[in-house]
Amino acid sequence: MNTTNKEAHSDIEELLPWHAAGTLSRSDARRVEKALASDPELAHRYALVRDEFGETIHLNETLGAPSAHAMEKLFAKIDAEPARRPAMSFNLVARAAEFFASFSPRTLAFAGGAAVLAILLQAGIIASVVIKEKGVGGYETASAPSTDPGVGAFTLIRFAPQASGDDITKFLEANKFSVAGGPMAGGLYKVRVSMTALPKADLVNLVKKLQGEKVVTFIATTE
Amino acid sequence: MQTTSDEVLIARIAVGDRFAMQVLFARHHVRVYRFVLRLVRNEATAEDLISEVFLDIWRQADKFEGRSAVSTWMLSIARFKALSVLRKRPEQELNDETAERIEDQADDPETALAKKDKGAVLRQCLSALSAEHREIVDLVYYHEKSVEEVAGIVGIPEATVKTRMFYARKKLSELLKERGIDRGWP
Repeated sequence: MNTTNKEAHSDIEELLPWHAAGTLSRSDARRVEKALASDPELAHRYALVRDEFGETIHLNETLGAPSAHAMEKLFAKIDAEPARRPAMSFNLVARAAEFFASFSPRTLAFAGGAAVLAILLQAGIIASVVIKEKGVGGYETASAPSTDPGVGAFTLIRFAPQASGDDITKFLEANKFSVAGGPMAGGLYKVRVSMTALPKADLVNLVKKLQGEKVVTFIATTE
Repeated sequence: MQTTSDEVLIARIAVGDRFAMQVLFARHHVRVYRFVLRLVRNEATAEDLISEVFLDIWRQADKFEGRSAVSTWMLSIARFKALSVLRKRPEQELNDETAERIEDQADDPETALAKKDKGAVLRQCLSALSAEHREIVDLVYYHEKSVEEVAGIVGIPEATVKTRMFYARKKLSELLKERGIDRGWP
């Protein structure tokens, strides 16, 4: 083995603990796998690492857990803290964080594309309104469906974890639904299923129909 | 089942959500406790420290920028608090009885060897490592932290993380050899 190979070997050997723990990047993991497949000595050393890994977990797992007093003590201290005034701006950040965290990376990628499209569409609408206003020389309001989040008929929906952003968007578009709120506890979203209020029986029937949708794991009526 | 991410919990805690704090505590307190216990080697101190760690999280949640995983941030706080306690406490004040109990989870080396329980001897040797080496071994193997995350928690360069882990493992082999187990490495 020449010097370069020795250095490479040493570098790979240093990565073995992280390879055992599964915390290497894909490219490093591939490098280690390749080296392990061609070097029996390295494979032997990796077996030692795996022994250490297993016994470290065993050792830590026998350390027990803190008593319930730890939590009581913590919340007594928290209760003694000055009351916190929630900042509106942070509420929005928290809400956004919750919303995005509830979707898969694939969903987020799709949502990013959808956001760009929405901005472009909005820009187009604003531009057409401006042109229209200039054309007639006066101010005019456009009649549009209510965007008041409290108007319409609503359901609570939990989307299937495996459903992609595309699936969810198609489902919402096909049914002319929109997300009015969430995520709430349990990953539930408030979804507007009609722009106008529906009779209770109609809403119940709609919920029954939607229970069979693949992207829906839970649905219920709500106010 | 979809669970609320740690980042979402932190965002909720930042606006004073006690329930989110309970969830975060339930999710992480045992691991944080064990990490701290391995450093301070005193159960009562470790228990006191975890309430301090989570109180800091409650207070600083609005400053969390998401540059690292929440668990990595928590372990950094825990490490800082544990080291502060250790700095104030002379080594001889360690609760030897507790430390012994923590380390002595298995039979003594001779008995374990007699039983051919290599795993027990390995655990003895893991406990006999220096605090610096114990810490890195635990972070990598038990807390499943990447090279970058360990560097962030311990405050050392990534290259040092790799070499420190390498030397911790080398020391482990030496300790095993002293106890009659030759691993054929290094």
